Amino acid sequence: MISEDTYAELLEIAARYPEKRSGLLPMLHLVQSTAGQITPEGIEACAAILEISAAEVSGVATFYTMYKRRPVGDYHVGVCTNTLCAVMGGDQIFATLKDHLDVGNDETTEDGTITLEHIECNAACDYAPVMMVNWEFMDNQTPASAVQLVDDLRAGKVVTSTRGPRICTWREAERVLAGFPDDRVDEGPGAGPASLVGLKVARENNWTAPQVSTSSTTGAEGSDQ
Amino acid sequence: MTDVLTPVLTADWGTPESWKLNVYEAAGGYGALKKALGMAPDDIITAVKDSGLRGRGGAGFPTGMKWSFIPQDASTEAGGKPKYLVVNADESEPGTCKDIPLMMATPHTLVEGVIISSYAIRANTAFIYIRGEVLHVIRRVQAAVSEAYLAGHLGKNIHGSGYDLDVVVHAGAGAYICGEETALLEGLEGRRGQPRLRPPFPAVAGLYASPTVINNVESIASVPSIIGNGAAWFSSMGTEKSKGFGIFSLSGHVNVPGQYEAPLGITLRQLIDLAGGIRTGAGGQQMGLKFWTPGGSSTPILTQAHLDVPLDFEGVGEAGSMLGTRALQIFDETTCVVRAVLRWTEFYKHESCGKCTPCREGTWWLTQTLTRLENGEGSAEDLDLLLDQCDNILGRSFCALGDGATSPITSSIQYFRDEYLAHLEHGGCPFDPMASTAFATVGANQ
Ligand SMILES: Cc1cc2nc3c(=O)[nH]c(=O)nc-3n(C[C@H](O)[C@H](O)[C@H](O)COP(=O)(O)O)c2cc1C
Ligand code: SF4
Ligand code: FES
Repeated sequence: MISEDTYAELLEIAARYPEKRSGLLPMLHLVQSTAGQITPEGIEACAAILEISAAEVSGVATFYTMYKRRPVGDYHVGVCTNTLCAVMGGDQIFATLKDHLDVGNDETTEDGTITLEHIECNAACDYAPVMMVNWEFMDNQTPASAVQLVDDLRAGKVVTSTRGPRICTWREAERVLAGFPDDRVDEGPGAGPASLVGLKVARENNWTAPQVSTSSTTGAEGSDQ
Repeated sequence: MTDVLTPVLTADWGTPESWKLNVYEAAGGYGALKKALGMAPDDIITAVKDSGLRGRGGAGFPTGMKWSFIPQDASTEAGGKPKYLVVNADESEPGTCKDIPLMMATPHTLVEGVIISSYAIRANTAFIYIRGEVLHVIRRVQAAVSEAYLAGHLGKNIHGSGYDLDVVVHAGAGAYICGEETALLEGLEGRRGQPRLRPPFPAVAGLYASPTVINNVESIASVPSIIGNGAAWFSSMGTEKSKGFGIFSLSGHVNVPGQYEAPLGITLRQLIDLAGGIRTGAGGQQMGLKFWTPGGSSTPILTQAHLDVPLDFEGVGEAGSMLGTRALQIFDETTCVVRAVLRWTEFYKHESCGKCTPCREGTWWLTQTLTRLENGEGSAEDLDLLLDQCDNILGRSFCALGDGATSPITSSIQYFRDEYLAHLEHGGCPFDPMASTAFATVGANQ
């Protein structure tokens, strides 16, 4: 069932856009955050608000891989098996986790805690092999660290992203994606180590972008000298 | 002479709380916005044109020229409509990993760029379309936008200029094709992300059939530095036709993978040197470079022979590939090229939006043929079959995803035909998949 509060928030999302149908993707994220998956009721509610058919909403929901039509566990665990990560060990990590959790791809453990999925390149190749837990970065994994990670999640321990905040539940994550921020934005670093390696080399060598000639500068941007 | 590395966008990534407004402003942030609001919008477009900035999302289209295509004559039908700026933050091309760290570390650089760019094209609404699979990055951009509203950088009558701008942060939901600009617009309109027929081009009829500029994160984030420091400053870096700096992302088998911001035209030899060389093997031996992508998996692979190619749009083009997104995925000799190519092909098959037959059916056939070869079950004729299949996709697909799917295949057959054949002789893959991993070696990815 879609609660009155959720219905009001769905309306709020649609109202962010010049044309309300633009709200559909974040609205479906909100449905997932309240229902734990895409549900027929959620589809109906979106359709009613956007004044389109339920079939049209369904057509959109089935197109995008983040929308799930089966219940997702508290933790969605993604293992990147696109080429770079696969070669760097993502394939071994994924095989180890399937075995350890006794699930196949896109399946959830019996206790409902973990849904395992192999994912495509998540724009973190310089931290390969990469895993994502509820779409937070878990960088530079090994089969052993991956097993430890899922064991910690199942034991209910607080797990922190290697380059981000304490990990929330999948439903809480979906709520942020729907455009309702939580309070974790200031957790974690600005950048992980690999993001800073070029900057470090530049500093060591005193390399900078050209100095701005004072006549043309506002001092606004550019090299931080 | 310009220095080897030129951190501009990455310069403040290491600063504590770099994502916050006060930290950004303490380093001069939003100074370029103040300057821009004192300029005529057309003069900003001219400055961006003069800088030589070309799109950082892959294709390298001149940014200022793209902006000048937006019809501004209010007496015409298109010119009378609202204009929109859409930032492409879908970053999903395999190997590409620059926009995500930028938005995580210094989202205000992007937001400031969005405001200046929107002002230039006279848009009163802008969208930042971020792939959904990067939760913390989305938090940081959401927070930066709300901070900018509170500071009066966004909203009504920005700093008394009379200019209004609203910015909406929009999370995608998992679809590589939504990086293609017209598919992105479909996603942003709440539809399945399938590319649109062009013409009409987005500059005339884009979002809501209104004039729309779509630019990559790094393109837009470069704008404040151009306005702040001047077009001449920007164009003093780079090469004749590829001006300025760009973030080069090294991943894979180098000792120090990561982000290196340099003038366009740097070579892979220089970059690998900065990255501590190709990794050291498990037994302490120095490994050698085997193949690499210059700009993501959709750009034809290159080899040792191309170490000195200038990494600019022209240089990489002349070498038979594309600069793309400067996503340098480095593979050493422990990597099976057939396995690598098969995995990329499976990706394209999975991500094909299904709109056109050559790509939808073709990528399926390609994976079938490649799987046979990787398992050592095919025959030498399968190589010709693959090339024939690629021939039927390249140039016949509705969008560039289909073309991109053929790049790894044709280029790998060009450089590594013998390795394909070795799979047949060996009756399977002759490589040990453990040998290529990060945990198989001592000293790799230290
Ligand atoms: C399949 C496909 C995926 C793409 N993915 C992205 C992407 O993730 N980010 C991006 O900026 N451009 C991507 N592009 C390129 C865009 O279509 C477009 O050229 C670009 O956003 C324009 O911005 P620019 O001129 O600033 O580079 C993709 C293109 C194709 C064909
Ligand atoms: S080439 Fe592929 S992704 Fe592009 S429109 Fe055709 S089917 Fe869709
Ligand atoms: S290939 Fe795994 S993050 Fe890019």
